[in-house]
Amino acid sequence: MTATPSAPVIDLVDLKIEAKSNDQWSKIVNGVSLSIRPGEVLGLVGESGAGKSTVGLAALGYFRPGAKVTGGEVRLLGQNILDIPEEERRKFRGTKVAYVAQSAQAAFNPAYRLMDQIIMVAVDRGGLTREAAQKRALDLFHALQLPDPRNFGKRYPHQVSGGQLQRAMVAMAMICNPALIIFDEPTTALDVTTQVEVLISIRKVIEDYRVAAIYITHDLAVVAQVAHRVAVLRYGEVVEEAPIAQIMERPTHPYTKSLWAVHEMPVGQGDRHGKGAPLLAVTGLGAHYGDFQVLTAIDLDVGRGETVALVGESGSGKSTLGRVIVGLKEVSSGQVVYEGKPLPGTIRRRSLEMLKQIQIIYQSADTALNPRQTVRKIIGRPLTLYQGLRGARREERVLELLKLVELNETHIDRTPGQLSGGQKQRIAIARALAADPRLIVCDEITSALDKVVQAEVLRMLMRLQERLGVSYLFITHDIEVVRAIADRVVVMQDGKIVEQGGKDQVLAQPRADYTRKLLDSVPDMAVGWLDGIVAARAA
Amino acid sequence: MQQSLEVRSAAPNRFLGTLKLVGSAPPSAKFGMVIVAIYALVALLAPLLAPYGEVEVVSRVPFEPWSANHLLGTDQLGRDFLSRLIFGARNSISIALLTTAISFVIGCLLGVFAALVGGIVDQVISRLVDALMSVPDLIFTLMILSIFGSSVLNLILIIAVLTSTRFYRIARAAALNVASLDFVEHAKVRGESLLWIAVNEVFPNILPLILSELGMRFCFIFLNIAALSFLGVGIQPPTAEWGSMVRDNAALINMGDITPLIPAAAIAFLAIAVNFVVDWLLNRASGLNDDA
Repeated sequence: MTATPSAPVIDLVDLKIEAKSNDQWSKIVNGVSLSIRPGEVLGLVGESGAGKSTVGLAALGYFRPGAKVTGGEVRLLGQNILDIPEEERRKFRGTKVAYVAQSAQAAFNPAYRLMDQIIMVAVDRGGLTREAAQKRALDLFHALQLPDPRNFGKRYPHQVSGGQLQRAMVAMAMICNPALIIFDEPTTALDVTTQVEVLISIRKVIEDYRVAAIYITHDLAVVAQVAHRVAVLRYGEVVEEAPIAQIMERPTHPYTKSLWAVHEMPVGQGDRHGKGAPLLAVTGLGAHYGDFQVLTAIDLDVGRGETVALVGESGSGKSTLGRVIVGLKEVSSGQVVYEGKPLPGTIRRRSLEMLKQIQIIYQSADTALNPRQTVRKIIGRPLTLYQGLRGARREERVLELLKLVELNETHIDRTPGQLSGGQKQRIAIARALAADPRLIVCDEITSALDKVVQAEVLRMLMRLQERLGVSYLFITHDIEVVRAIADRVVVMQDGKIVEQGGKDQVLAQPRADYTRKLLDSVPDMAVGWLDGIVAARAA
Repeated sequence: MQQSLEVRSAAPNRFLGTLKLVGSAPPSAKFGMVIVAIYALVALLAPLLAPYGEVEVVSRVPFEPWSANHLLGTDQLGRDFLSRLIFGARNSISIALLTTAISFVIGCLLGVFAALVGGIVDQVISRLVDALMSVPDLIFTLMILSIFGSSVLNLILIIAVLTSTRFYRIARAAALNVASLDFVEHAKVRGESLLWIAVNEVFPNILPLILSELGMRFCFIFLNIAALSFLGVGIQPPTAEWGSMVRDNAALINMGDITPLIPAAAIAFLAIAVNFVVDWLLNRASGLNDDA
């Protein structure tokens, strides 16, 4: 390396990138200048579509198909890598600059052992022998605190957990001792308790190996734990850049302030339980997938006009419980009682009137809305099916429902592809409301949305509840959402309920160990939170 | 804001959108579309275009050579060759279209149905389809036609059933992907009937894939009917049909006359033109030309 220690590892100078969509070139990165010194971690923050990943990939000298550079420079170790041909740039990747993607599952080839994939770049391009590379990988496994590091490399990707695979990808990126690593939302797809482990590992290797890094995320609480400096991106421009402590304490740009403010989610009404008989009562419920018991002895009430949050990590059975309630999954024991009467187990044995009263909204509005139908048809169909509305009366009601979810008549002729993520989820909510339901099962409905949009949707749901008196069973893994919307909280782990009670009681004085662990794992919006966790563990 | 304007103006002008789409097609597809359009016009306007009637004997001399009166000469019974060629377009194309439509409906409905229901129903239908597909089409058709006699109705039905197996395969595979999506599940939770889900939720999403298959199958059906007619069990005389025209006048080839090859060329030309269009549609459906 010719660069002096204080010279920047990477310099983005007035970088401009355009991308083609619908036969039109649009600017997605508009004059971004960033500079990172050795050992420094820059957090790149912004909503989806802000151009974070495009900037991250540009640091690798890589551009997605359909994107092109229209100006500026990318200086890696003093050399503008945009000047050299793609074949030359390819030699840098993996050796001098490396990339850690969001989904490790998609990044690893399931047919090869982890070790072979991790050392591949080092042997092919890094000039290391197999043995030297394996030794280095082993050191990295230790540094990343992977279990049984000696045998870890012998496993296949499906044999390790999601968090371990994510750390294996960090090892793959670090194998050639690169000068710079791009982390592109590396913990976003993980459960909170796993996220903490991976964050601790990532931070440790960054410090141990003194590598410079760009850490891309939309989660401010996460970036506060790992970054030294933060750049906030919006519409492809850096709106604010400052040291982490400064930007967390005193954000100056209005947009940054609004991002920060989102973390002050709306605050729910608190415990409203106990008004009369419950709307829905689940007693002693069990369910199986084949021989595997997914739900065991579930007892749960949902009152009228109440929001019950069902919290747990992936695999805890919370979504399965939601499916049982809407009739998509048959129970093997116990029952679901609705309005004092037991509900039949399958959709086919439920009457249209029963189906109408319990609606479900899905996590991904992309797959929950038929891409070939217009909003008119999507919202109008339940109106025709349940209430027999047609023609002008149906049209009128569709417009009313659109207004209810804070959209308007301009959206009625669009297909889902012509709507934003937040708008799509609003349409899905309007479709559920079209049935005039008593209970809506909301399955992670805000987790695919940006924080700003998420807060808007949650506020809207609360207003709707006040107006319509509908009950929500809110399935989520996000404690912040629970804090915002729930009256009562039910915590699930491994198909069992470990704790349930009023929101204030469960969140403030959790009784179960698991609840405490879950709550502790949610990152605080404060610098040094992770240090506190590490210190507490060491003690 | 800009986007919303675009969207609103796009919705009512679906016709303009289609025109624009056609305009953006590659030259080969445009060429194919022009040829197909010409064939369609000839088929539609046959009685106006043809100088003589379909079965009108206009000459006492069979195999009359090309002349001003009979541009392509006469056939083995002294009928005007050009007129029969024009009427042949009408007969061959309409029968092939009808057969394609019937097989399309049968195949798609069964395919989507099997994908949605799954389990034993899917297994039974799929294995039956496998059994049908394992017998070579032409031989199977020949056999059935020789048992039940060769009528246009029989011809259409048997080829439609055999071809529907291809539509079934594609529709089922595509529908399986769509059936696992949340909006199909939501329709089930809503209490919709299977037929409603198949037609309204699944079918529009698999249509682009099947459309290209539709064009291809049309070609094969067209060729099959021509081949069967050539063999003498397809469309029966005196109805003009390109395949049988080739056979009936084949003797001329020995005398160095290319007239009997003209209907054969007409068949080939249509097949090529349709394939150009289908290729383009297929590329669009799979998004292959997006990177270009």
